Amino acid sequence: MPEIIKRSKALCVSPLKASSTVGAALAFLGFNRAIPMMHGSQGCTAFGKIFFVRHFREPIPLQTTAIDHVSAVMGSQELVVEGLRTLCEKHRPDLIGLPTTGLVETQGADIRQAVRAFREAHPEFAAIPVVPVSTPDFSGAMESGYAATVKAIIEELVPSADEAGTQPGRRRRQINVLAGSHLTPGDLEHLKELIEGFGLRPLVLPDLSDSLDGHLPEADYSPLTIGGTLVDELNTLGDALATLVIGDSMHGPADVLKAKTAVPDHRFTHLMGIEAVDRLILTLSELAAAPVPPRIERQRQQLQDAMLDCHFMLGMSRLAIAAEPDLLVGLTEMLAGFGAETVAAVSPSNAPVLQHAQCEQVKIGDLEDLELAVRANRAELIITNSHGVHTAERLGLPLLRAGFPQYDRVGGYTRTWIGYSGTRATLFDLANLILSLEKGEIHPYRSTLKQWPTEDTQASVKHAA
Amino acid sequence: MKSKDLSALLDEPACAHNTKSKSGCAKPKPGATAGGCAFDGAQIAMLPIGDVAHIVHGSIACAGNSWDNRGTRSSGPKLFKIGMTTDLTEQDIIMGRGEKRLFHSIKQAIDGYQPAAVFVYNTCVPALTGDDVEAVCQAAEQRWGTPVISIDAAGFYGAKNLGSRISGETMVKRVCGGREPDPIPEGIERPDFKIHDICLIGEYNIAGELWHILPLFDELGLRVLCTLSGDARFREVQTMHRSEVNMMVCSRALVNVARRLQETYGTPWFEGSFYGVRDVSQALRDFARIIDDPDLTARTEAVIAREEARAEAALAPWRERLQGRKVLLYTGGVKSWSVISALQDLGMTVVASGTRKSTEEDKARIRELMGEDAVMIEEGNPRTLIDMVHDQGVDILIAGGRNLYTALKARLPFLDINQEREFGYAGYTGMEELARQLCLTIESPIWEVVRRPPPWARSAATTQSSSAQPPAVATSIDSESATLEVRHA
Repeated sequence: MPEIIKRSKALCVSPLKASSTVGAALAFLGFNRAIPMMHGSQGCTAFGKIFFVRHFREPIPLQTTAIDHVSAVMGSQELVVEGLRTLCEKHRPDLIGLPTTGLVETQGADIRQAVRAFREAHPEFAAIPVVPVSTPDFSGAMESGYAATVKAIIEELVPSADEAGTQPGRRRRQINVLAGSHLTPGDLEHLKELIEGFGLRPLVLPDLSDSLDGHLPEADYSPLTIGGTLVDELNTLGDALATLVIGDSMHGPADVLKAKTAVPDHRFTHLMGIEAVDRLILTLSELAAAPVPPRIERQRQQLQDAMLDCHFMLGMSRLAIAAEPDLLVGLTEMLAGFGAETVAAVSPSNAPVLQHAQCEQVKIGDLEDLELAVRANRAELIITNSHGVHTAERLGLPLLRAGFPQYDRVGGYTRTWIGYSGTRATLFDLANLILSLEKGEIHPYRSTLKQWPTEDTQASVKHAA
Repeated sequence: MKSKDLSALLDEPACAHNTKSKSGCAKPKPGATAGGCAFDGAQIAMLPIGDVAHIVHGSIACAGNSWDNRGTRSSGPKLFKIGMTTDLTEQDIIMGRGEKRLFHSIKQAIDGYQPAAVFVYNTCVPALTGDDVEAVCQAAEQRWGTPVISIDAAGFYGAKNLGSRISGETMVKRVCGGREPDPIPEGIERPDFKIHDICLIGEYNIAGELWHILPLFDELGLRVLCTLSGDARFREVQTMHRSEVNMMVCSRALVNVARRLQETYGTPWFEGSFYGVRDVSQALRDFARIIDDPDLTARTEAVIAREEARAEAALAPWRERLQGRKVLLYTGGVKSWSVISALQDLGMTVVASGTRKSTEEDKARIRELMGEDAVMIEEGNPRTLIDMVHDQGVDILIAGGRNLYTALKARLPFLDINQEREFGYAGYTGMEELARQLCLTIESPIWEVVRRPPPWARSAATTQSSSAQPPAVATSIDSESATLEVRHA
């Protein structure tokens, strides 16, 4: 169990943390025809928008209640009502997300009361679901804001078994997936393929692989998300055979879903490394009552072969990781399985799952903390988001980009980290980066007694050639 | 910030938005607002000052979601690239520990990074809880002897422009006049070559484009005391009061700086742009005109003649490729006219220009450049922009990065003209890069492919419609009807 070292300095330098409000927005963006509207000043939204636009290279539907200096002091409920009305009138979305920011939480805004006021004033929009969620950016981080939002969506929109008469297993092939924020669109695509490989039907929520996978739709413009979980499908969660929960951060939403629907769930922290994937595949095989498809078995054999090839490079290698809790723990466990050591680990926020990190210490902090730990513990390779580029440059070390945001390269969001094949791809990339370090390279020693050629002999050698 | 001071800043006499009945900056509409907040504006305006520690006092969203996302470049210090924030937690807010954390943060920044100065940007949460940021900054400055400047532009004070203005105001009040300029190095001035000091206000050195211009100033003997704020240093900002003439470059957000410097130090200023051959020449002439040194004027004309000839030769092949291409320009403020002349220099036709943030003066210039019936787009939602592109047969949309992916989803060639772009277009030499980037997207082979439906959809449509249509137009109509069909499906 690692020692968790909490923040002790006043100033955060080179932040690793993104706010819980953008985490909330990300969760809403995984639903079809949805739009989140942040309750805060317009900058909260502008920054959040740029954050995602640069990561996904996609248009991002995101609105704001646009608090100004009057409403900051006098109260902001009217702005919520007006903003919701505008969105409903203009776009008729299937879902409006309403995450709060530090500003309105400090002000003491009652977001639920504001939604009630909107419902009373505009019964004509009663059919459009609005999910408020409290995600002040002074508390938690992206991962926790995302999880709180999925929980709020389930609380608001998934009917309980009593109300709706849903029955676990009525849809014998449906598997719900509660997907944590550490899964990329590429991960979710692969996960769906794995589940479908067993003849099961995955219902992923939120499904970023359908909304932000970077595809060119027929329509030339949409003010709303262009894919994602269908809001209507939330009614069917209670009929599923089982729920897969990926990420310890998703335990909150999973508990609510289970309490409402009684659908049994299977929980995984992550799906990287052979042990974690074995557990997933075994679970799917049991749920489907079907043997593991030969294609998946082959992928496992390919990973085993890659582990053999790469253990020379990765064995005893020293890695530094800065990432949100679920991703951090997943990476450390996967690396430990290859014989690599995580000698520096930084997480932007604390979470119970960090107790499982395979390293001696986890620092709750920023990229400056990572830089110091890398120097102190002589790490050889860094895994973190694109902000780590400057850190890696100063340290002269290679960087593997993981997590949010990744803006200095294209396609980071499509990378598949999970499953046997995703693990193998990561393994190859890490091994290649370590090869680039040319470890074990011995500097030439020039013996004074060696028979060094004179200029004459050199010339004759040239002639011979 | 007191509401009295806020309204004083909103009432900017040099801003032409102010002459009409509505106040300077319009109120944003909930659920239909784009653009940054006052803090955003304050930070982007001053962040390029490279040797300053820029501390964001607030909860994580303000710095954590946004640091290191600007295309501005520095020729030296990289300190401005390091994001710093007090990252206020719930405990800090409940227990009222924000001021204390800020005080220690300033010390940590000074000890750890030896900045020339510390800028502290206030944000919404501490503005609401009432942290006395100014007092903390003063105490810190006294204690540690490094200048600590408080920039009070919390997000909810207003829009981005207001924030830029607040930070500009702070520079004039607190920093300008802090130091006399260095003496001019020996051996440069001669009886027939006098050095004149100038400043550029509102030039951010995006993608390093300032470096296209600086060699010309050096050649003419114009010493740029300070650029506010591209590739600037704190010690340069301190000397802005000694400028002989200031140029307001391409952004009205800092117009109050030019006006205040004129009021306080009597420095004349003019508005200009470095985009386009004509505009660069005009800017150089304006400097010479206001400085009124006959020798400088003569040398300026010689440089302009040489550079225009050189640019003419370099641009000729590009002009052939771009001749007659139609542009829809959607960018606010001064850029709405300054870029038009650059595009016309390349032989392109600007069919319409966005005027969302433009003043009446800007609009007059647009009419001057595009003719009396110039189409101006006051409020462009993406839908109307896309439709306009199709209706007018536009070849390329030029706008800010925010619209980039919206345009691509609509399968439209696009050029990014704002802050985050990675290429510099300023100066005579920047024009070539601009032409290259325009051709690169307009002439790309991808457009036909990304607009084409899959072959199976196309063949179904062809069999249905080809008999009814004359063969000459069949292909275009086919692909359209195929797209329609897929949409209906």
